Parts: sequence; structure tokens; C-alpha cells
Amino acid sequence: MPERPADSALSEGLPDAAVFHEAQAEVYADAVVAAPGGVAGEVDDVVKRRLGPAFWVAVGWLVLVTAVAALAPVLPIEEPERIGVGGRYEGFTGDHWLGTDKLGRDVFARTVFGARVSLVVGFAAVAGGLVVGGLLGLLAGYRRGWFERVVMGFADVLLSFPAVILALAIVTFLGHDMWKIVLALGILSIAPITRLARANTLQWSQREFVLAARTLGAKDRRILFREVLPNVLMPMASLALIGVAIVIVAEGTLAFLNVGIENSISWGKLVLEGKDSLEQAPHVAFVPSAAMFFTVLALNFAGDRLRAHFDVKEGLL
Amino acid sequence: MRFVLRRLTNLVVVLVVVSFLTFLLMNLLPGGPEVNYLGPLYVSDLSRCEAGDIDPQLAEGCTQTIRLRETLGLDQPFLERYGRWLGNAATGDLGDSYKNGVPVMDTITESLPTSLWLMLYAQVIAFTLAIPVAIYSAYRAGRWFDRGATTVSFGVIAVPVFILAILFIFLFGVKLGWFPTIYDPTASVGERIKGMFLPALTLGLGLGAVYARLLRTDLVATLQEDFILMARAKGMSTRHILLRHALRPSTFSLITVAGIQVGALIGGALVVERIFSMPGLGSVVTESVFRRDYQVVQGAILVITSAYVMVNIVVDLIYGYLDPRVRHARAAG
Repeated sequence: MPERPADSALSEGLPDAAVFHEAQAEVYADAVVAAPGGVAGEVDDVVKRRLGPAFWVAVGWLVLVTAVAALAPVLPIEEPERIGVGGRYEGFTGDHWLGTDKLGRDVFARTVFGARVSLVVGFAAVAGGLVVGGLLGLLAGYRRGWFERVVMGFADVLLSFPAVILALAIVTFLGHDMWKIVLALGILSIAPITRLARANTLQWSQREFVLAARTLGAKDRRILFREVLPNVLMPMASLALIGVAIVIVAEGTLAFLNVGIENSISWGKLVLEGKDSLEQAPHVAFVPSAAMFFTVLALNFAGDRLRAHFDVKEGLL
Repeated sequence: MRFVLRRLTNLVVVLVVVSFLTFLLMNLLPGGPEVNYLGPLYVSDLSRCEAGDIDPQLAEGCTQTIRLRETLGLDQPFLERYGRWLGNAATGDLGDSYKNGVPVMDTITESLPTSLWLMLYAQVIAFTLAIPVAIYSAYRAGRWFDRGATTVSFGVIAVPVFILAILFIFLFGVKLGWFPTIYDPTASVGERIKGMFLPALTLGLGLGAVYARLLRTDLVATLQEDFILMARAKGMSTRHILLRHALRPSTFSLITVAGIQVGALIGGALVVERIFSMPGLGSVVTESVFRRDYQVVQGAILVITSAYVMVNIVVDLIYGYLDPRVRHARAAG
């Protein structure tokens, strides 16, 4: 059965490149492998074995954002919800570094507290998807047979379902609190993660050391968790970083569709709030936008670099 | 032919499964379309009505809820309702809206053109940006232009659609005043083309960045093949080699992803349609989810999924055209 390419429709119109690599590889393999000549050798950029300074800048930013967000209640930051700590639509001043919004609330404080929600949603949803999808993919890739067909068929169906609409429906009907949004986005992240985990498992479980382990009489469980899993884990983790970026954007997307988290602020919600005052005070929208952009960029970049780093080509061994 | 048939069977299976799941999901989630009609009177748990003496308001709610469920046909068993819906859908009848009684098919055919034009517009912008950039990047791989283009596209991909939309509204709408920031569907054709520019650019820029990266990578690979060396040895011009020899076999990933995006943008551009107030399929879906208008959501998802899967079939057929090896493999298998 020909397989449909994976996609990451979570972020509308802006899927990440890494998932495309998989899509491309699968489609190409599907079509060409049987033909003589096969696929032209992988000629990506020169494989860099070092992560490079830019990678550490990205990691530094992520650590900084996470630390500030985690410590926000104890740091000397204005209360995000307090009205009138400054004037209406103040620009960048000494008292309020990044200005104030229409109710005179501190934009910097709101952005910092927005980070708390956005980051928790991003990491929690992907962590959930990783456990469920990772396990399903691992088993599907290793066991093959009917189990694989059922799991992959299910993943295919989930993927052909318009993702944004699914999230919108789940959240509209279940309610707008944070863990329900995490649940909705977590469910959506299962299918792509399953596909990736399976693809990776397929590749690794055909290697010689697995054969060796089997010849030595290792049980399936041992082979799966001690031989295959450690190899699959790192590529999956690097893709998970990109997944976190996608989920953070998806949460913002939901906020823009008016199904954001109730009674709390996330980056997406802050951008939406700022949209109405673009003429008088563009900074209200652009400060949280910038925080979101740099975080998504850093996650994408770090994920991409790690993926390249752990992508061990046979030729290099 | 056998290939096409197999894919079409696949399409039918996917559609049935997806529509069944939509139906199931809509029924499982609490708060059906009845809420719209009855508001606070609606009684979600009808077993409460069977208790002995209940207060008059609850009794009234019970009667109304039961009557409404009968009118809407919601009192019938789930599978029966799904079966009937599927049978009607096969003949092109997607039922009537719970909200205003308008046939769902009419709502969809009315909003679909806007979404299709937006998708096409965005794709044109994306290809116009991506192809020249990718060709030049691949031709001078590793030089400053290539590095710059890679960095820029990586950055563009990281901008969420809604932030890009706001940025463009701010730049081109508020500051420069070149383009309208709200789409007016009743305006003249020229005005509508202008009005659709910002939404299309919002979608197209991100796509263009993705396309440019994909095409560049494949082109770099193709340019190292023997037949390129052969062409060069025969004294062909660089221009001819790039456009006539290298481009076609390098478009596999590009076509795949562009195809996915054609499907994804039909009814998938919810946010952009909302921000620019465009009455497309995405807006219809958003509104009917909020109104709990199952029938419309159900019908729209069917159309969107069909578009999605059919585009994928077309893309698979294009592979055969692009690469004779694929054709032969299929003919043999």
C-alpha cells in the first residue's frame, strides 16, 4: 500500500523542514527504491560534527526564557494583571522597559508570564505525544505485521484530518482550560511522532548489532529497549524540540480563533490583544511577538542542529 | 491504471473513516446543537426527567429538548444516523444546517471559491519567490547568497502565520496604506485582487521559504550527477543546464510539499481568513464549530479531506511524469 507523506499541519501553512525530510524520503523511497539505479546519494550540506556557536546561542536563549518564566513570581517584575501601573499605551520608558498596554499594564511582565503558559503547553503536549506516539511507533516499527498496519493506518487517518479544525473542535466542546488545550494539542502530536518513531525504528532494527543481540538470545523487550530505543531516542528528542515550537504556535493559533486559554495569558493571546492597537501602540503586539519568534526560532534551530548531529550516516561509520 | 484505481479505493476508505470519526467526535463531545436553540433550557441528561416530581422549569426543558431532538432527528441511534448521512452524502446531499436550514452544499460552494483563489494566490507568490532563489542558491552553493537565503528562509519559517499577518497589516496597511487590511468580497475584481494580496503574502512567504529550501537541496544533489557533467562537457550554457536539465528531476520534494499545501490551505487557512475577514471555507468551519452546527462542520471536513487526498493522488501521478523510473517501477509492479 503506498503511503501518504507525513505532514505537520499543526502550524498552518508553516510546517517545519525536518518533517518534510521524512516526507520526502518516504515518498522517494516508495517510488524509486524498486527501480534500478536507486536514489542518488544523500548530498545534504557537509555533515558538521560540531554543533557550532549559533546552537549554543539558541540554547542560551531557551534557558534564559525558561528560567525567567519559571522564576517570574519571585523576580522583581510588575504584576501582569495589575491595571494602571503606568499610563495608557506608554512607550519604552525607564519604569516600564517595554511599555504598557491599553489598561496601563506592564507589557514586559505580561510577556514573561505569557511565557509560562506557552512553554508549559508546548512541552507538556509534546511530552505526552512523545510517550504515546513514541511507544506506538517503536512497536510498529519493530513488530511489523498487522500491528504496524493498524497503527499506521490510524496515524494516516489522523493526519488526513484537518489538524487545526480538530483542535478547534476539541477545545470548543471540552472547554478552554489549559490542560484541555494540552490534551487537544497532545493528541494532534501523536500521529506525526508515531510515523517518525516507526521510520527510525525500522532503520535501526535492521542493523547488525540487533542481529547480533538476537543471535545471542536476547529477548524482544531487551532488544527494543536496550538496543533500539537508545538509538531512536536522540533523533526523536531533537524532533521533539521542533514539535514544541509547532505546539507553541498552535496554541497561539487557537487563541487567535478565540478558543485560547481562559483566565490566563499566553503569548498568542497577548499578540491578539495587541492587534487592536497597532496604530497607537504597535509595541503591545510586537513585544510578545518577538518573544514568540525568537523562542520558536531557537527551538527550530536547536532541533535542526541536533538532528543533523545525531543523523549518523552509514558512510561515516 | 491499476495504480490510480488502488489510490481511488484508498480515497474512499479514508473518506469513510474520517467522516465516521468526525461524526463520532461530534456526538461524543458534550453540548450538541440543541444548546443553540434552547440555551439554558437545554437538558443534557434526559434521565433527570424521569424522576418523580421535578420543578416546572426542568419539566419544560425536558419537553422542549425531547421535541427538538425528534425534529432534528437526533433521537435516532447513532449508527442509523451516520448511515443515512453517508448515503445522502454519496448523492451529493450533505444535509441542511442546524442553524438556518440552508443546505450545507450551498454554503460550501459559496465559500470554496474564496479559499481556492487564496490558495492559488499564495502558491503563485511562493513559487515566484522560491524558484529563482533556489536556482541561484544551488548554482552558487555555499557562497554568500546561498548562506543569506538559507538564514532568511530559516527565520521566515519560524514566524507564526498570525504574527506575519499582523506585521504585514502594520507595515502595508497602517504605515504605508498600500493595501486594505480587510477583505471586501463585494468589491470589484481589481479591488479583490488587491484585497487578497496581504492574506496571500502572509501564507505565501512562509511557503516560499520552505519551497526554496527543498528545491535548493535537491538541485544541489542533481547538479552533482553525471548527466550534468555530460551536458557541461557538450558545451551547453549554464542557463540551459540549470533550467532544462537540472530543474525537472529536482522537483520531487517540492511537488510533494506543494501538493500537501494545496490540500492544507483549502479550508485550512482559518487564522488568515479570520484576521482578514475573508468569507472562505476556513471561516465557515470556524463559525460552525462555534455554533455547534454539526452538519456544516461534517460536510466541510468531508470536502477538505477529499481535496487533500485527491491532491496527493495527483502528486503521485506527477512523479510518474517527472521520473520515468517511477513509471517503469509501477508498470512492472
